[in-house]
Amino acid sequence: MTNTKTRGKVLWTVVTILVLIYALFPVISILATSFKAPSDLTSGKFLPSSGKATTSNYEQILVGDAQGLFLSALRNSIGISLIATFIAVVLATLCAYAIARLDFPGKKLVLTTALAVSIFPVISIVTPLFNLWRTIGLYDTWLGLIIPYLSLTLPISIWTLAAFFRQIPWELEQAAQVDGATTWQAFRKAIVPLAAPGVFTTAIIAFFIAWNDFVYGISLTSTEAARPVPAALAFFTGASQFEAPTGAISAAAIIVTIPIVLLVLLFQRQIVSGLTSGAVKG
Amino acid sequence: MASITLNHLVKKYGDGFPAVNDISIDIADGEFIILVGPSGCGKSTLLRMIVGLEDITDGDLLINGQRVNDKAPRDRNLAMVFQNYALYPHLTVYENIAFPLRLAKGKHSEEQVDKLVTEAAATLELTDHLQRKPANLSGGQRQRVAMGRAIVRQADAFLFDEPLSNLDAKLRGQMRSEISQMQRRLGVTSVYVTHDQTEAMTLGDRVAVLKKGELQQIASPRELYEQPVNLFVAGFIGSPSMNFLPATLEGNVLRTAVGDLEIPAEKARKAAGKKVVLVGVRPEFFEDAKLVEDHKRSNGSTFMATLTHTEWLGNEQYGYINFDPAPEMRELLNNLARDMDADELRPQVVVTLDAASRIRGGREAELWLDTRKLHLFDAETGENLTRDAEAGAELTRQAGEERAEEIATAQQADGHGNGNGTGFSSGTSGRTDGAPHGQGNGAPVDAAATRSGGATAAGGKRSAG
Repeated sequence: MTNTKTRGKVLWTVVTILVLIYALFPVISILATSFKAPSDLTSGKFLPSSGKATTSNYEQILVGDAQGLFLSALRNSIGISLIATFIAVVLATLCAYAIARLDFPGKKLVLTTALAVSIFPVISIVTPLFNLWRTIGLYDTWLGLIIPYLSLTLPISIWTLAAFFRQIPWELEQAAQVDGATTWQAFRKAIVPLAAPGVFTTAIIAFFIAWNDFVYGISLTSTEAARPVPAALAFFTGASQFEAPTGAISAAAIIVTIPIVLLVLLFQRQIVSGLTSGAVKG
Repeated sequence: MASITLNHLVKKYGDGFPAVNDISIDIADGEFIILVGPSGCGKSTLLRMIVGLEDITDGDLLINGQRVNDKAPRDRNLAMVFQNYALYPHLTVYENIAFPLRLAKGKHSEEQVDKLVTEAAATLELTDHLQRKPANLSGGQRQRVAMGRAIVRQADAFLFDEPLSNLDAKLRGQMRSEISQMQRRLGVTSVYVTHDQTEAMTLGDRVAVLKKGELQQIASPRELYEQPVNLFVAGFIGSPSMNFLPATLEGNVLRTAVGDLEIPAEKARKAAGKKVVLVGVRPEFFEDAKLVEDHKRSNGSTFMATLTHTEWLGNEQYGYINFDPAPEMRELLNNLARDMDADELRPQVVVTLDAASRIRGGREAELWLDTRKLHLFDAETGENLTRDAEAGAELTRQAGEERAEEIATAQQADGHGNGNGTGFSSGTSGRTDGAPHGQGNGAPVDAAATRSGGATAAGGKRSAG
C-alpha cells in the first residue's frame, strides 16, 4: 500500500520534472542568451562565458539605440492588448450569460459562428484586411489592431465564460429576485461575484492572445504609432550589419514575458479560488 | 401576513403540456399548506408560480385579494427557501441573512439591519457562525441560514421547496419540528412542497395532494387519511400504504382473494350495483383475531389467511399475505402503482399486528378486520364510494380550530416569555439530548409542544416501517 503510494509519488515527480524542463528550457536559454555579449553569441555554450556576462543588451533596448523602437512598441502592446481584453471580456460576459441562461432563437448560431470565426486562419484574412484598413484609414492605428484582436479573443472568451456561467446555480439568481432584487441587481450582486474567477481566467487568456499576436501586428502597422512588441522585435538590427541582434531580441523577449508572469501570479488566487462551493448543497 | 388565493391556475409549457392544470386553493392567513404528490405532479411548478419564478398561463393568483399575476417576484413580498438553499457563497452568513434588507434600499438603517439579523440568527442558533462563509457550514446550518434569510424580513408568506430533502434523517426530524414551531410562533402563511408524507402529515394544517398537475384533494391530514376522495389519495397517504383488494359484492359480503368479508349494510348499499370494487384497507385495520377484545369483535369480521412472513418491530409487527388477482385486476393495480411512482404494486396485503401476536409466516391463522373503517372504491373511476364527506369536513374544521388555538398560545408564550427564540431553542436542546421535548417551556406552550412532539414520534414510527 505505502509502497505503491511512494512509487506513484516518484513517478509524478519524474513526470513533473520532465515537463518543467521541456517547458522552461527555451525560456532559460533565452534568458542566458540575453546576457551574452555580441561576440559571445556564437560560442556554442549555454551560459555566457565567464567574465563576459553583460547587461548591454538590456541597456540597448531600454536606454540605448533601440529604445525608441522598443519602448514605444511596449507601450502599444500594453495599451492595445488591455483595451482589446477589456472589450472582449465585457462583451463576452454579457453574451455568455445570455447563452447560459436564456432560451432564444439563434443561440446555437451564435456559438457556432464564434467557433467558426476562431477556426479561420489569421493569415488568410490579413491581406484583405490590409487593403480595407488602408482605404478606411485604420491602417497603423490602435483601433486597427484592436478590432482584429477582438475577432481572436471574443470567440474563446464567449466559450469559456458560457461554460462557466452554466456552472453557477440558477437558484442563486432566483433567490436574489425573491429577496427583492431586480434582474440587473441579481446579476450584479449574486452572479458577477461568483463569475469573477471565470472572468479573470478568460481575461488572462484573451490578454495572452492579443499580446502574442504577430501576424496582424506586423501586417497592419508601419510605424511606431501602433506597432506591438512581437512585430517590433523583427525590426531590431545589430550594431553593425555583421552583428546579429540576437542578444537584444532575447532581452526584449524576456522583458515582454514579465507582464504575463506578473498577471498570472497576481490573479492566481482568483483563478484557483473555490468557484461556487457552498452555494448549494455540495 | 397574507391570504393567498389560487384561482383556476394553469401552467402550460411550450409543447402545450399542462404541468399545472386548473388548480384552485384558498390559503387563509397564517395557514400552513402542504403541496404533496409524486415527482412530476407539478407541485414545485405551482410553488414557483406563486412566488413569480414561473409565468402563469391562465387563471388568477391573488395575494391579499390583489391580483399579482404580472408582478415580478420582488414585488410580491414573499420569502422562499430553496431545496438546495441557494446561499450566496461569496457572502458571510451575516451578509447572507442581511441580503434582502440591503436590497430594500433606504428602508433600514445600519442599526436596524444589525438588530434584525442578530435576532434572526438568535432564533436559528446561528449567532456563533455569523462571520463564516456558507462553504464552511454543515448541511443543517446552511439550511438555517436559508431560513434566516426568509424570516429576517417581514414577508407576507413563506414558501418552502422541499427544504429538508437534502438533510439526513435525524436532522430532518429536528428541522421539521423547528419549522413547525417557528411557523406557529410567527403565524405566517406558509406553503410547503414535499414528496415526504411524514412532513406532509406532521406540518400541514391542510395538505393538497396533486397528481399529474391536478388537485386531487385538499384537506387536513386526518381527513386525507380517514376520508380520502379517491384511490390515488388513499394509496398515497399513509405508510405502509393502504391495501387494495379487488372484490365482488354479494349482499353484505365482499368476496376477495384473501377471503370473504362481511361489511356493514350501510357501506354495501353505497356500492350497490357495482360488479367489481376495490376494497381499501389500511394495515392497522387488521388484527390477530385472538387478541381482539370481545366487545370489539363485533365491529369487524374474521377470516382465515396464511401469512408469508412477519416482521417484528418491537411496538408492532407487520405481516404479509400474498394473493393472486384476476388478470384485469392486476392491470388496474399496476396502473395505480404507476400513478404513485412505483413500478408495480405487488399483489400483497400488509397487515399490522400487535407485537404480542404469535402468528408467524407459513401457518394459517385467523385475522380480524375492522370493517367499519374500510373504504370501497369504484374500480373504473377510482372514486371513493364510501366517503363520508361530512365527517371529513368536520375533521378539517377541527384542524382549523386547533391551528388558531396553537397560534394564539404560541404567540402568547412568545409575548410574555423571555423574548424571541426561547421556546424554540429549548425545544431543540430537548430534542438533542433525548429528553421529552418541550420541557422547560412555560405552561402555555406545553400543549403545542406536546402535540408536535407526539406527531413527530408518530412520524418517526411510520418512516421506520
